[in-house]
Amino acid sequence: MKELSLHILDIAENSVNAGAKKIEITVVENLNKDELTITIKDNGKGMDPEKLKNIADPFITSRTTRKVGLGIPFLKAAAEACEGGFETTSERGVGTEINVKFKHSHIDRMPLGDLKSTWLNLLIGYPKVHWVLDYSINDNTYTLDDQPIKEVLNEIPLSDPQVIRYLKNEITNGFESVKINKYNIKSVFRRKNEHN
Amino acid sequence: MNTIKSLDDLKRIREEALAKRKFTETSGATQVIVGMGTCGIAAGARETMKAVLEYIEAKNLPNIVVTQTGCIGLCEQEPILQVVISKKEKVTYGKVSPEVVKIIMENHVEKGEVVETHVIPLQG
Repeated sequence: MKELSLHILDIAENSVNAGAKKIEITVVENLNKDELTITIKDNGKGMDPEKLKNIADPFITSRTTRKVGLGIPFLKAAAEACEGGFETTSERGVGTEINVKFKHSHIDRMPLGDLKSTWLNLLIGYPKVHWVLDYSINDNTYTLDDQPIKEVLNEIPLSDPQVIRYLKNEITNGFESVKINKYNIKSVFRRKNEHN
Repeated sequence: MNTIKSLDDLKRIREEALAKRKFTETSGATQVIVGMGTCGIAAGARETMKAVLEYIEAKNLPNIVVTQTGCIGLCEQEPILQVVISKKEKVTYGKVSPEVVKIIMENHVEKGEVVETHVIPLQG
């Protein structure tokens, strides 16, 4: 896969398959610490310690449609190639949390890519899940909790043309608001440097 | 922190959609399902999904429910797209690029004509 956003889409599907009702995805670009972190937390059925140990083994999968699972091994390898790390915690009946860390400036770090499309896909594609999606650059966070949206829409599908337009707009504005602040932070740095 | 501000817009959208729905109720909803397992995503399923949503948006098509599903065991045929029109049988399409999406949406979803050339042949 060529984008971290595609990995996010992929890993989130594991959570959906684990029967999660609520999935929280947090993407943080911390430029001060030179880190990019992705957290995916679900309240799905979880795994026991034995299974968790083998999570990155491509030949151990709970799926029945094919015998190999490459999603997690791919992502783990990508993180480890970028001075990053991969951690999972899980508890049966409680849920699973996956933390992936990359060195932001590492030359081999794949780009974050089209995170907006990934969000839109998840929101529309799995409407029964309660999504809480976070995107931050340094301390500036945009949160999209889809609960209020779904409460208003009620029986109207998220793939209604006007709703698609609304969601796209909402996400684009949210991402822009984080971005504008990113430039502000850069200018703060510049001012500091000028002092010195 | 920035959160959703425009829920009022959404309420208006809901009312409009409900009004439209009254006229189309009889035709029933059409389901479009995109395979979004690791195999699908690696083959470009996100772009397939994007093309479906863009088509619906551009043509203003109401009553189409778009969802995703995981791997269905036909990884070599990904990206896979399935269409279900009201009570008719599910049709499974293979190697659905954004260009093929347009053909399927126009012929199958809008006109109800199955695009035979892109249907995955049943095995066995």
